[in-house]
Amino acid sequence: MDYLKAFVIGGLICLVVQILMDQTKLLPGRIMVILVCSGVVLSALGIYEPFSKWAGAGADVPLCGFGNSLFQGIKKAVDKNGFLGLFEGGFKSCAVGVSAALVFSYLASLVFQPKMKA
Amino acid sequence: MAEQVTIKEVLSEEDSQKRNKKYNDYVASVTPKHSWIVNLFWAFVIGGAICTLGQALINLYRYLGAGKEDAVLYQIITLVALSTIFTGLNLYPKLAKAAGAGTVVPITGFANSVASSAIEFQKEGQVFGIGCKIFTIAGPVILYGIFSSWIVGFLYWLYTLYFQ
Amino acid sequence: MAEQKMIGRQSVSFKNPPCILGRASVAGSKEGEGPLGSFFDYIEEDPKFGADTWEEAESNMQKKAAELALENAGYQPKDIRYMIAGDLLGQLIATSFGLMELKIPMFGVYGACSTMGESMSLASMLVEGGFADKILALTSSHFCGAEKEFRFPLQYGSQRPLAATWTVTGSGAVIIGKKPEKPEKSEKQKKEETAAKKCNSNPYILIKGITTGKIVDFGVKDSMNMGACMAPAAADVIYQNLCDFNRNPNYYDKIFTGDLGYIGQRILLDILKERGYDISKQHMDCGIEIFCDETQDTHSGGSGCGCSAITLTGYILEKMHRREWKRILFVPTGALLSPVSFNEGGSVPGIAHAVILEAEDA
Repeated sequence: MDYLKAFVIGGLICLVVQILMDQTKLLPGRIMVILVCSGVVLSALGIYEPFSKWAGAGADVPLCGFGNSLFQGIKKAVDKNGFLGLFEGGFKSCAVGVSAALVFSYLASLVFQPKMKA
Repeated sequence: MAEQVTIKEVLSEEDSQKRNKKYNDYVASVTPKHSWIVNLFWAFVIGGAICTLGQALINLYRYLGAGKEDAVLYQIITLVALSTIFTGLNLYPKLAKAAGAGTVVPITGFANSVASSAIEFQKEGQVFGIGCKIFTIAGPVILYGIFSSWIVGFLYWLYTLYFQ
Repeated sequence: MAEQKMIGRQSVSFKNPPCILGRASVAGSKEGEGPLGSFFDYIEEDPKFGADTWEEAESNMQKKAAELALENAGYQPKDIRYMIAGDLLGQLIATSFGLMELKIPMFGVYGACSTMGESMSLASMLVEGGFADKILALTSSHFCGAEKEFRFPLQYGSQRPLAATWTVTGSGAVIIGKKPEKPEKSEKQKKEETAAKKCNSNPYILIKGITTGKIVDFGVKDSMNMGACMAPAAADVIYQNLCDFNRNPNYYDKIFTGDLGYIGQRILLDILKERGYDISKQHMDCGIEIFCDETQDTHSGGSGCGCSAITLTGYILEKMHRREWKRILFVPTGALLSPVSFNEGGSVPGIAHAVILEAEDA
């Protein structure tokens, strides 16, 4: 059941974004920024976290889930440390994803060569 | 799209700004679009499949004894690693050609943007090549993610001052 | 005498038309697999042309084209007075590094994808004016170098819109010089005048005139729809050419634009029809000819400096040599943008340069 939920919810989010891309000609870089920021806002409005609890990976894997975890991280840190938490929570909550991407990508640059587009 | 603009209207328009607008409308009317149903279908299927894989990984790590939050983090690491390998083997762009948003939206799209920049710009050196340009596509995501969550977090902080 | 060289508003008519003395086309493997593949002199399977980076690859490619053109015409580098060359990479690095070793005085030119037309126009004016006897005009583009410079890293996954064109990997070179004097009359000549001559002797291909294009901006900002950016410029220069020379489109066997693609072609025909010229019978586009969209997934067609350059040197000139076409208007088209102008929200103006090519018997 959780697989079906992940598939349908994740797929639907991608579908909505595809409509946005086809209609507006926005480049993927902008799309990613929009996704993360909307995740942050939806999270702050108290919508995304319950949604993510229900939908599982279908809500976590898309980049808006990344935005959600950013805000949740800041919220937690503010609850704990007050003002200082504003400067702690963000990077802490995205640390795993960003570090993994940077470390693996650097390693990949040692192994792989640029290739012609297939 | 708006009503059909003919080239005659474009060429006979004397105000250059209006002419440019008319020309853009005209161009839009003669430019073919991707078959949107096919596009939506593949975005849905491939995007959904990546999320399902994520769910499977979470379940796997849970089964192996990780806590709920840790399982999600291990899942992220695995997806990022897989995406990086697929990028290096030149398979991710092939997938993306059909999937469109289906490969941009998941965290694997973020990883692809980092890995492809690192691989492409290695020729320009370790510092100014990989070092600077690894963020060409992913940098804005990190910046605006951090900044927007800071702004919203700031409002939340004010809220906690007054109401708690 | 001199005053008659300038014709109309933007054109030059040559009284002693310069001649194309040599030519070469170097193409990448995808271009080699395309409909024009059999016409190219040299097809390189390795997308890096034996180099380590895309930029070096393009340099090697341009050098190869220059050497082949010299070889085909039977010249040494020292026989060439000037080179006029350019490419798409920032500050023309493919040209600078590729042609450095030839040690020929050089003018670097930038006309985006219209560079072949620009370099040929300048070369023929220099030759006709008597400032040079032989000039090598060449240009190149490389798919990967262009993607990296103007779009995304190669391995970044993105969907190309249907209006997008595929940058051609290729380099084309021509040697432009004075038309050779008729061979001195000797016993040899008599032999040549026999039947053997017909299959052996090729017509001279002369540059009869040029029309230099203006920058035309219709405010299109979509860099993934280059055809729409450039079509108004191409229409403008073709219109001007027909006016300046007081000609009907039927004068030309073919009117070849550089890289408008399917969408640009449609717009070009529309604009010219509206302005009183129907060129639908004559018009061909190098970008449309060079790839097969159905099997090669190139969408709107080919583009880049190399697109018009290798289609000219490989295909068009060959057809003229075979006497299938006699009069050609060659109009490479360029989109004038840089990554900076694009990011700053600028539009993409177009430019095009027309070169009149005519095959004539000696």
